[in-house]
Amino acid sequence: MTALSIFFALLFYAAMAVFVVGLVCKIIQYSRTPAPLKIPTTPAPVTQTGVVLRMASEVILFASLFKSSKWTWIFGWMFHLALLLAFFRHLRYAMTPDSMLWPLVNLKLIQAAGQYGAYVMLIGLLGLFVRRIFVDRVRYISAPSDYLMLILILTIAGSGTLMSFVAHTDIVQLKAFILGLIYFDWQTLPADGLVITHLGLVALLMFIFPISKLLHAPGMFFSPTRNQIDNPREKRHISAWGKAIDDAEAKMTVD
Amino acid sequence: MADFEVPELQEIPLVPHIKEGAMAHSQPYIAKAPFQEALGFPGELVENWEEKVYEKMDDLRKRYRSFQVYLDSCVKCGACTDKCHYFLGTADPKNMPVARQDLLRKVYRSKFTFAGKFWTKLGMPWMVGAQKMDKGVLDEWYSYFHQCSQCRRCSVYCPYGIDTAEISMAAREIMDSIGVGQKYCNEILGKVFKIGNNLGLPQPALLNTLEGLEEEVEEDTGVAVKFPLDVKGADILLVTPSADFFAEPHVDGLIGYAKVFHESGISWTISSYASEAGNFGMFIGSYETMRKAAQRIRKAALDLGVKRIVFGECGHAWRVAYSFLNTLAGPWDFLDPNYPVPQHICEFTHDLIQRDKLTFDKSANDHRVMTYHDSCNVARGSRMGDKPGGQMEIPRAVIKACCNNFHDMPPETIGEATFCCGGGGGILTDDLMEIRVKGAQPRAEALKQVTENNGVTHMAAICAICKSQFTKVLPYYGFTMDQIVSVHQLVSDAIVLTKKD
Ligand code: HEM
Ligand code: SF4
Ligand code: SF4
Repeated sequence: MTALSIFFALLFYAAMAVFVVGLVCKIIQYSRTPAPLKIPTTPAPVTQTGVVLRMASEVILFASLFKSSKWTWIFGWMFHLALLLAFFRHLRYAMTPDSMLWPLVNLKLIQAAGQYGAYVMLIGLLGLFVRRIFVDRVRYISAPSDYLMLILILTIAGSGTLMSFVAHTDIVQLKAFILGLIYFDWQTLPADGLVITHLGLVALLMFIFPISKLLHAPGMFFSPTRNQIDNPREKRHISAWGKAIDDAEAKMTVD
Repeated sequence: MADFEVPELQEIPLVPHIKEGAMAHSQPYIAKAPFQEALGFPGELVENWEEKVYEKMDDLRKRYRSFQVYLDSCVKCGACTDKCHYFLGTADPKNMPVARQDLLRKVYRSKFTFAGKFWTKLGMPWMVGAQKMDKGVLDEWYSYFHQCSQCRRCSVYCPYGIDTAEISMAAREIMDSIGVGQKYCNEILGKVFKIGNNLGLPQPALLNTLEGLEEEVEEDTGVAVKFPLDVKGADILLVTPSADFFAEPHVDGLIGYAKVFHESGISWTISSYASEAGNFGMFIGSYETMRKAAQRIRKAALDLGVKRIVFGECGHAWRVAYSFLNTLAGPWDFLDPNYPVPQHICEFTHDLIQRDKLTFDKSANDHRVMTYHDSCNVARGSRMGDKPGGQMEIPRAVIKACCNNFHDMPPETIGEATFCCGGGGGILTDDLMEIRVKGAQPRAEALKQVTENNGVTHMAAICAICKSQFTKVLPYYGFTMDQIVSVHQLVSDAIVLTKKD
């Protein structure tokens, strides 16, 4: 056990805790905040099924973004698709071969897609970065944190790609370290510059997830303009505080 | 003609390069104390108003999910930056929807987010786009939240549906709550609560006007078409924007509704108590004010004992009516359940057309080649009929039923992508003429295209604000005022009155 291993073990527990607790708190906050009025952006679905389809087209295809800006869409979609592929590919490092999902995760297709997806991710991120610098409108709305977020993810993706294609690390030992975190049986982390960069920044990403614009991921599902059914005439929509106003007035007229 | 530069119309509309501060000088007149106080707002800027801003912001983010989620979720992707007609017409970057939101978001961040508070403590709030509330920020708010017509075009294109209108409404509500209100909106609301309509037309004046219209129509057609006011026991209560009572071309629309009612044989009435469809409570973002105005319609419906409610041609009014009326003044269980509450006059007319109850002489409109302007709040904030998109189809179907010549403007400027007229959301006031003219540029460009390519001569609209705005600003771009018509004006001109009494 090296000091570095202990430091990273603790770092990951902390990052996981902040990520999960922070995200759960935000989701609770969003779901508890009332939406007093019907404000779907119309034309909007008139049934629940329609809303699910609308949401799916936004989450999977970025349908609205496709309408607005093809360049942002192509780069943004490449990045997120590759992110998803990378996620599946990484499951291998957090699972033992006797796990139920192993046959799936270990599929050649998933592994190869995840691996080559790295290039897709880098291209997507670079495209978004270039757009942020060169389109005067986008540059105007960017704060340093917006560039840093892209640089952070680029560095994570870059270090990962290097390990995958150029400077292989001791992946067996790395997997042992990760499984050790999960089963509370700590193992040594390979003291490799790329590994340390990659993991350190992933932990940082987890820390900032619930306190940054990355909240767009849960936020999307709570957006009233996208998740409401267009049926205000058919069904009366009223929030608790809206009803309280009605009730207070009704009481006053009775008194 | 104007003390500012009127934009030139381009053949192929271009997205301008940003010009910082181009519209920073544009601010509406501020509401005087009596008008503020009449709505329950402080008369002037309160003491320690910065604190009050934070308090109100905290209150709103707990009561409006849209506000909370939208403040957190924007990724600054920039997709909305070229979608606002005010940005396209002024090139002022603070008129880009996301930048407009950021005026408020930066304050939210500095006070309510970990990252914002952290960097503010370190003296580097700009790291995460945070900024504390101060006089300069308030000044920007007052400028740029009155350069948003709450048209929701940006929300169509945002990957999360972030609706800048929600942010503008919240900003205006916050400003009202610290005593900084807009004269135009708040004075009008005062008139509604005192008299019943935005124009402050009292019952006798209204009666007079309607009698005048009866005479005029009878002279014109030889048929005694009625314009009933405050008639108890009528089947339908018509709620229409007060501009319909006298402004051109609005009043021609009102004549159209009356003729349709006449032909339908269904009794109807206007109420002097609820003689206003427009609800400016929405513009200032105040649920309570909007509710109070909507309740007048409920009271009028109960007092007159009507069975149905029909709304006249008005955009924001229809959004409040269609989307909010049930919430604000429902339930409507005392009305006839066989009809939607409320119903749009276009739905009413369209239904009669479908059932072959109306006769038209389409040639009466042959001197016109029509196009149709989708009003923003009808297109993106409401519906007509049973199916999504009915709000685009039904008005067009009505126009086509009474006109032989119709051409749509380019698809990226109509339907859900429609450009606002530039005067919506509480902007329709002379003190904001510059932004009104510049904001109309995208629509004027689209209109010019069909004028040149398809010989279009007239543009129909179903919104009182659109009609007033266009008659005023399109002349800046070389069109004439009378090129704007009401949809029911076309109906009025083509309808054949078959019932003689
Ligand atoms: C439900 C899952 C998610 C959805 C639907 C989603 C969707 C989107 C969309 C539509 C955009 C705007 C277009 C773009 O700039 O790419 C965006 C931006 C972004 N997303 Fe996501 N996202 C999700 C999850 C994530 C996650 C887990 C991350 C974490 C790394 C992430 C990181 C980003 C970043 C950094 C941007 C800004 C890109 C830029 O600066 O231009 N997203 N996302
Ligand atoms: S709601 Fe309309 S006016 Fe306001 S920012 Fe969005 S596009 Fe512009
Ligand atoms: S489109 Fe939406 S997420 Fe993108 S910058 Fe505009 S408001 Fe933000």
